[in-house]
Amino acid sequence: MIRKAFVALVAIGALSAMSAQAQTEIQWWHSMAGLNGDKVNDLANKFNASQNRYKVIPVYKGSYPESMTAAIAAYRAGNAPAILQVFEVGTATMMAAKGAVVPVYKLMKDADEPFDPKAYLPPVAGYYSDPHGNMLSFPFNSSTVVFYTNDDAFRKAGISEAPKTWKQFIADADKLKSSGQGCVYTTGWPAWTHIENFSAWHNVPIGTKENGMAGLDTRFVFNTPLHVRQIQMLVDLAKKGEFTYAGRQSQGEAKFASGECAMLTSSTGAQANIRRQAKFKWSVHFLPYWDDVKGAPQNSIIGGASLWVMGGKTPNVYKGVAEFFNFLSRPENQMDWHVSTGYLPITMAAYEMTKKSGFYEQHPEAEVAIKQLMNKPPTANSKGLRFGNYVQGREVIEEEMEAAFAGKKSAKQALDDAVRRGNEILRKFEAANR
Amino acid sequence: MEKRVVFKSAWLPYALVAPQIIITVVFFFWPAIVAMYYAFLVQDPFGLSSHFVWFQNFIELFHSSNYLDSFKVTALFSVLVAAVSMSLALLLAVMADHVLRGAVVYKTLLIWPYAVAPAIAGVLWAFIFSPSIGIVTYYLLKLGVNWNWVINGNQAMLLVVMAASYKQVSYNFLFFLAGLQSIPKSMIEAAAIDGAGPIRRFWTIIFPLISPTTFFLLVVNIVYAFFDTFGVIDATTQGGPAAATEILVYKVYYDGVKAADLGSSSAQSVILMLIVIALTVVQFRFIERKVQY
Repeated sequence: MIRKAFVALVAIGALSAMSAQAQTEIQWWHSMAGLNGDKVNDLANKFNASQNRYKVIPVYKGSYPESMTAAIAAYRAGNAPAILQVFEVGTATMMAAKGAVVPVYKLMKDADEPFDPKAYLPPVAGYYSDPHGNMLSFPFNSSTVVFYTNDDAFRKAGISEAPKTWKQFIADADKLKSSGQGCVYTTGWPAWTHIENFSAWHNVPIGTKENGMAGLDTRFVFNTPLHVRQIQMLVDLAKKGEFTYAGRQSQGEAKFASGECAMLTSSTGAQANIRRQAKFKWSVHFLPYWDDVKGAPQNSIIGGASLWVMGGKTPNVYKGVAEFFNFLSRPENQMDWHVSTGYLPITMAAYEMTKKSGFYEQHPEAEVAIKQLMNKPPTANSKGLRFGNYVQGREVIEEEMEAAFAGKKSAKQALDDAVRRGNEILRKFEAANR
Repeated sequence: MEKRVVFKSAWLPYALVAPQIIITVVFFFWPAIVAMYYAFLVQDPFGLSSHFVWFQNFIELFHSSNYLDSFKVTALFSVLVAAVSMSLALLLAVMADHVLRGAVVYKTLLIWPYAVAPAIAGVLWAFIFSPSIGIVTYYLLKLGVNWNWVINGNQAMLLVVMAASYKQVSYNFLFFLAGLQSIPKSMIEAAAIDGAGPIRRFWTIIFPLISPTTFFLLVVNIVYAFFDTFGVIDATTQGGPAAATEILVYKVYYDGVKAADLGSSSAQSVILMLIVIALTVVQFRFIERKVQY
């Protein structure tokens, strides 16, 4: 009996292997769990059903750093996937790996697929392009930092509208505290919010050489008086019990959604969860800014991830990848992705389509991020960043921020140390990629 | 009388030990040798370019305040883990040794946590003490304690020490109990007749007699805290906040796997290898010799 079942299984296995051989398989490693993961499978299935030459196989490989590590190890062993989803901080590492990756603009040209970088939202395309405007990876899930407020808590504290500037923010924080609000403000992604997006929003550089986009010999410069002022503000708020540090990732989002904290700065990607959990009225706003800084507010920068094409595959695979990317760019697919996940629509056409559908009238909060990203045309300081080994670099910044919040170091000292340690990492990366 | 079994075949003994040798070579020697080689290289994550840099990775490490801090953190962590888990285990072992009824039940229950994998133990403790959703956090807040190890380094250290010790208590308990049971009852009874109370009996007779066990456990516990607690750290604090719980082993993993800096990570693992060799030498010279088989 068991023997028979085994024979049958082997036969089925052989059959399915045969039928798969007719199609070219394209492995796609990603880090989208839960609801977003279902959506990824959905997109792949739709593409596979739309034609019969290629079969995209999405594989969930764990968190962003985990899937990137897995792919690097797989590349070294000679069996990397064709498509790899890499988070934004891994961009410089992937870019420097010439030979290990195929730039998207080249892929599209070689495959004779229509491709127009101008079709993509400028802050999104800019982040993943080289200084000549050639797109290196394919933008997939993009988000940015926005400012969430609990409107019930605001009403209770007698505040009529969300603060627009940090000055106003501090005054409102005091009011919320005296109205009995236990946790006033928390944040997700501290370095992404208070260093990276803060710099872009105030049109000041994070590092030299256009935030590293124009060369590996970049240095961090985020220890200016303006940056110190921002971190000092957080330290002061923490001392008054008006800022609760929640961790380096998205932990703060749960504190806002549960009603514990009244204000939150975090990813647009938090909206789906907040919509489901929050038992109070809430709204989404632009990030606050310092109104004495000339040119502020500029525009915020994106986070999230893009799709990189790995090297060493056959032309047939690349043709399939190119077709798949064009499939993903289609407005209807982009709009579907945007509406169901909370990530941004990455093409202008998809944005227009969502507008026309009337989605933003029901959910004005979903449009805030796009407006903030496109607030002004991006400058050299606000089009993105590209620092080598920034996975490590960002953690160094967060470590030093934590030291300041815990009162172990002054804000100035923490930022000076973060810049010094960050520059050591940059030099090492430069040396390794000579 | 000495018994000696001799293989007649020339190849059979080698064939029999081959699987073990192969596993050791493939999973221990080979990676160790590659790590020693990588420690002298600077290379990009994909291995597309690499440069031989002599001792630069080591020099950088010892010039990095971050790495030296990690040494201090590791020393503090291992001393705390050894102290907490050994003293608790000794206390429990002394109590269990006195229990007359249901002794087996107590012993079994006390050994249970040893079966829990470090990562699982870490996740459980992280859950109970989570700053946002933990049940203990909730009650601590009612008592006026602001429990937030995400930003408070001392609380983070406390958490990882508790999670790491929890498991090790069972292991130590077993050895202490065996040690206590090997002490002749007549000796303790003699002391009791001479008028020594339980506390005095413990410190003057029992404690010195189990000192070989204690010393052995001390080394084992330090080795455990140094090398086997990776799962606990990774499941709870991940080295944070501000590197307050970044022990050496975690740093090797972080720099090598997450930060893709293989040169520095390999140099660190070579240093760890030297430490473990030193600890083994200590164990052999001072402990194994005294033990009679």
